[in-house]
Amino acid sequence: MKLAAQRPAVSASISGPPSRLDYAADRVFRLMAQGGTWLVLLLLAAIIWEIGTKAAAAIGRYGAHFLTSTTWDVGRQQFGVLPHIWGTMYSSLLALAIGGFFGIAMAIFLTQDFLPPRLAHVFRIVVELLAAIPSVVYGLWGLFVVVPAMRPLADAAYQHLGWIPFFGTTLSGPGLAPASLVLAIMILPTVAAVSQDALRLVPYRVKEAAYGMGTTRWEAILKVLLPAASTGIFGALVLGFGRALGETMALAMLIGNSNQIALSLFAPANTLAALLALNFPEAGPREVEVLMYAALVLLAITLLVNLLGEAIMRRSARRLAAR
Amino acid sequence: MSIAGHGAATTATVGASARLTRSWLDRRALRSLLLTSATWAAALMAAVPLVSVLYMLVVRGGARLGREVLVELPPAGFELGGGFGNAVMGTIVMVGLAALVAIPLGVLAAVFLAELGPSSSLARVARFATKTLTGFPSVLAGVFAYAAIVLTTGTYSAPAGGLALAVLMLPTVILTAEEAIKAVPRITRDAAFGMGCTRTQVILKVLLPTALPGILTGVMLGIARAAGETAPLLFTALSSSYWLFEGIRPHLMQPTASLAVLIYNFSGMPFDNQIELAWTASLVLVLMVLVINVLSRLVGRRA
Repeated sequence: MKLAAQRPAVSASISGPPSRLDYAADRVFRLMAQGGTWLVLLLLAAIIWEIGTKAAAAIGRYGAHFLTSTTWDVGRQQFGVLPHIWGTMYSSLLALAIGGFFGIAMAIFLTQDFLPPRLAHVFRIVVELLAAIPSVVYGLWGLFVVVPAMRPLADAAYQHLGWIPFFGTTLSGPGLAPASLVLAIMILPTVAAVSQDALRLVPYRVKEAAYGMGTTRWEAILKVLLPAASTGIFGALVLGFGRALGETMALAMLIGNSNQIALSLFAPANTLAALLALNFPEAGPREVEVLMYAALVLLAITLLVNLLGEAIMRRSARRLAAR
Repeated sequence: MSIAGHGAATTATVGASARLTRSWLDRRALRSLLLTSATWAAALMAAVPLVSVLYMLVVRGGARLGREVLVELPPAGFELGGGFGNAVMGTIVMVGLAALVAIPLGVLAAVFLAELGPSSSLARVARFATKTLTGFPSVLAGVFAYAAIVLTTGTYSAPAGGLALAVLMLPTVILTAEEAIKAVPRITRDAAFGMGCTRTQVILKVLLPTALPGILTGVMLGIARAAGETAPLLFTALSSSYWLFEGIRPHLMQPTASLAVLIYNFSGMPFDNQIELAWTASLVLVLMVLVINVLSRLVGRRA
């Protein structure tokens, strides 16, 4: 503070040590930044706290039975989310199988010099646009394009292959298959983007070494690059799975909202996220508690999957950096 | 490029007979060719949904696009005509409210994470919390806003929707702003310190202006994401058939329409007029999101 006093007045606006005001501003701003960071932490804590406390009554009343019961009857006050957990897992795994395959294929396509740079740019934009389209628009598209297009195929599959449990019903409108297909499109960009990062982390000389040994391009990809990037790609799949678990609108519009557990791909089903989206607006106070419990279940599942994905990604980055 | 550019068929192998080219009919070359074609097919197939969505939006949504749909209120039941002017306004207001919360908070947190205490334990935990929020299902943001605001105030409202969207916008803003601030060259920062700046002056006068394009990119991506969100609005803002403003006085503490929820509501209605409007609203929403995306890219390129 003594320094500030000795400062020549003329040059005050141009140079000189920080004034008392500058020090105060510095202190305030730093505290604000620190406070902002604390607020972010508090936000996450508040989310978990709000959902947890509001669900407490329902947890006390229904306990673990909630997770294994299959009825959802507001009139009789019986609630269970097993069909929703089943539907969430089933649709997400199906979506992961389709979206994961195409996402990884896309990542290989874009990183392994298949395309001249300009064309690669076009495909990169395609992937980014797929990610940019809002899920409710996908839902609308699914309702008016995918479901009608899939119906004859599904009915044919039922007629000729009906003895296979997966084709055990007809597609009578919304159902698991169109919902999963749209979900697959929605997670493709996530899987493609994260897998691309993983593939780019593999040093170029590794590929050059493989080519130098006389491999064909695909021998290099399948036997050298994919194994080297495998941890990262697995992480991409886990993150894509996490995204699929939490996705709401497209499923709420396309899955049919029927609380049943069926193996058939064409049967209607339900998911946790869709349950929340569709029941909250009209829920009475009792049902709100139960829905909060369901939200807590969804929170726990997605949190677990996402943490797993992050941990895998970190490990893969470390492993490749260590080389 | 150069090695791969030759393609599978001509990749050199030095065999016993010093044959430096591989025949197209070689089993390994054929397999490689087959896989390459399969990858092309997969990539083209991945583009089919996008083309189909855009085609449907232009054909079915474009038919009604005009001034009328942007200034009129939604039609009821069997009514013809109408529009979704209130929903466009509602989306803008709620995204604006979310941005008012998420941008200052996000940038402050990013400044701390990137500059003030990058390796402090607070930063480590906060970074972890941000990553967690990134993978957060959007519907749960709605559940949070419902518990925190709707149950407390007793009404569905625009601020409740805005809070839910802010939760979803925040992680994008923080993560991109942190990266942008970290990307400012060390020398620039040191030069500012050398001039006798305080930490805050360095941040406000050097780091943030330099990192601005990067920060704006993140902000716009967050806004684009929030504008398209539906699930968190369904039971926080609900929907409405009326204007959010009366004259210029806003009525925020009442159910508020948004484009996304309107699309959802209209898509399930048995009336052709509403379904047409759902497509038109989708077109408007996608155009909004794409324009913001393109802007963010233009801004980002300047970085």
